[in-house]
Amino acid sequence: MIQADLNVILPEIALAVYAMAALIFAVYTSKDKLAPMLVWLSAAVMAGVAAYIGLFGQGTNIAFGGMFVDDAFSRFAKVVILLSAAAVLVMSQEYMTKRDLLRFEYPVLIVLATVGMMMMVSAGDLMALYMGLELQSLSLYVVASLRRDSAKSTEAGLKYFVLGALSSGLLLYGASLVYGYSGTTLFSGIIQTATQEEISLGMLFGLIFVISGLAFKVSAVPFHMWTPDVYEGSPTPVTAFFATAPKVAAMGLFARVLHDAFGGAVPDWSQVVALLSVLSMFLGAIAAIGQTNIKRLMAYSSIAHMGYALMGLAAGTAFGVQAMLVYMAIYVTMNIGTFAFILMMERDGQPVTNISSLNMYSKREPGKALAMLVLLFSLAGVPPMLGFFGKFYVLRAAYEADLIWLAVAGVVASVIGAFYYLRIVFYMYFGDDTGDELETGNSPVLWGFLMGSAAIMVLGIVNMFGVEGVAEAAATVLVN
Amino acid sequence: MIGLEHYLTVAATLFVIGIFGLFLNRKNVIILLMSIELMLLAVNINLVAFSSFLDDLVGQVFTLFVLTVAAAEAAIGLAILVCFFRNRGTIAVEDVNVMKG
Repeated sequence: MIQADLNVILPEIALAVYAMAALIFAVYTSKDKLAPMLVWLSAAVMAGVAAYIGLFGQGTNIAFGGMFVDDAFSRFAKVVILLSAAAVLVMSQEYMTKRDLLRFEYPVLIVLATVGMMMMVSAGDLMALYMGLELQSLSLYVVASLRRDSAKSTEAGLKYFVLGALSSGLLLYGASLVYGYSGTTLFSGIIQTATQEEISLGMLFGLIFVISGLAFKVSAVPFHMWTPDVYEGSPTPVTAFFATAPKVAAMGLFARVLHDAFGGAVPDWSQVVALLSVLSMFLGAIAAIGQTNIKRLMAYSSIAHMGYALMGLAAGTAFGVQAMLVYMAIYVTMNIGTFAFILMMERDGQPVTNISSLNMYSKREPGKALAMLVLLFSLAGVPPMLGFFGKFYVLRAAYEADLIWLAVAGVVASVIGAFYYLRIVFYMYFGDDTGDELETGNSPVLWGFLMGSAAIMVLGIVNMFGVEGVAEAAATVLVN
Repeated sequence: MIGLEHYLTVAATLFVIGIFGLFLNRKNVIILLMSIELMLLAVNINLVAFSSFLDDLVGQVFTLFVLTVAAAEAAIGLAILVCFFRNRGTIAVEDVNVMKG
């Protein structure tokens, strides 16, 4: 019995044990000198676990009386989370070593946060959900303030902590109401109460609180206030991490709660999620226009992208979940490439985040500028790139679920949003040459990620590397 | 006789006080931490009340988890606050403003 349960959560246990062993080992031996090695080792371990889950995971396995669910949906999300976390770790190593930022806690905290995220997407119970969410959040609060001697970084950590704790409180209050009105914390139990005829008022309140708590974690409007400040203040590799894996985990958790626990009450939450989606898309598109800092711009860009992913969820169908998964996979790939580029932006060895510093970048670095152009077009959703297909998927899901107004709003917001991506392209290709140029720093790892991600955006249009089929299988398991 | 609704009212009141403490407080970050703690404890009252009302132990198990996580959360919050204080020499809420947003 316990043997079978432990087998199901073997990947999580392995990662957690690895993280704690690495922590003890680093504390008792050479501390920070070990950090670069730990970064590569952690990335390798995470990639290995991703391969194990992707290749050997089969069927739907339930452990600990339904508290932990390992199915095609959670496996899809876990592989994306693990691979993106490993990619971000590898990208951070050089940047952080150069700026004397690389402490051995960094890879350990990233691995622990990843364990939390894996727990989140596999949660089958409100308690498992809460523990996974907190493991992730507590690790992320610390990495946000990793640069201990910088006022900006500690302020980012403080803001993230206060607002994150508020969101956990909201989610928890909702969870307590759901427990009280359904009599169980298991999703499989909640769905029975939430399906029977009318959903009770207490349950509805609980659902709304849970949705607001989760909306904080995916940074959907009106719960987005922390995003720009945290993105700007954190060290850039940490920002890259925030923009990728935690978003996938939070969206996965969102889908799991809505379908596994409240799948019988789709009309009750569909309108709320649609509202979050439309607000996020428009705020993300409009507020990004005035930004001059590229990290802040990426924060608003991620808010807008979360809006599109929520559009898939708002549809409330299996196709909607599939569209959301495809969208998140594409979004993460684009963001890894874009942040590889941002990590390469420097002058006199200092990181630069000002957009105007990209003036006439194409003259000095035609290859990198072209790759960035492809990524920006993809982020904007310009047709030949993969980003367009992600948007097309969610729009189709919304259209098929009779949310035509939402699809129209999505198209309008995407046109507005294209402006600020294309503005960067304009700077790179047609800006004024002001002379304060960026260094043509050379980092093979970052260059590889940038080029690889840009290549995927172009080559992926052939068959999306088979992501579609896997996402469809994942979505059908979740929505039955 | 004190019934479930009394406990729920107390919990809801405490929760709202906690949220107001977060948003209306202009003085001190420590008060923010206290407000967060108040919110989590309100949730605990809710859970224990439901648990006793439903005659189901799961709610009390949940409470123990929440208490543990709340302690860890307070520790991390204070640690970040100490770092912040070292850099800025203040913990007033209105001074948390290097970045505008």
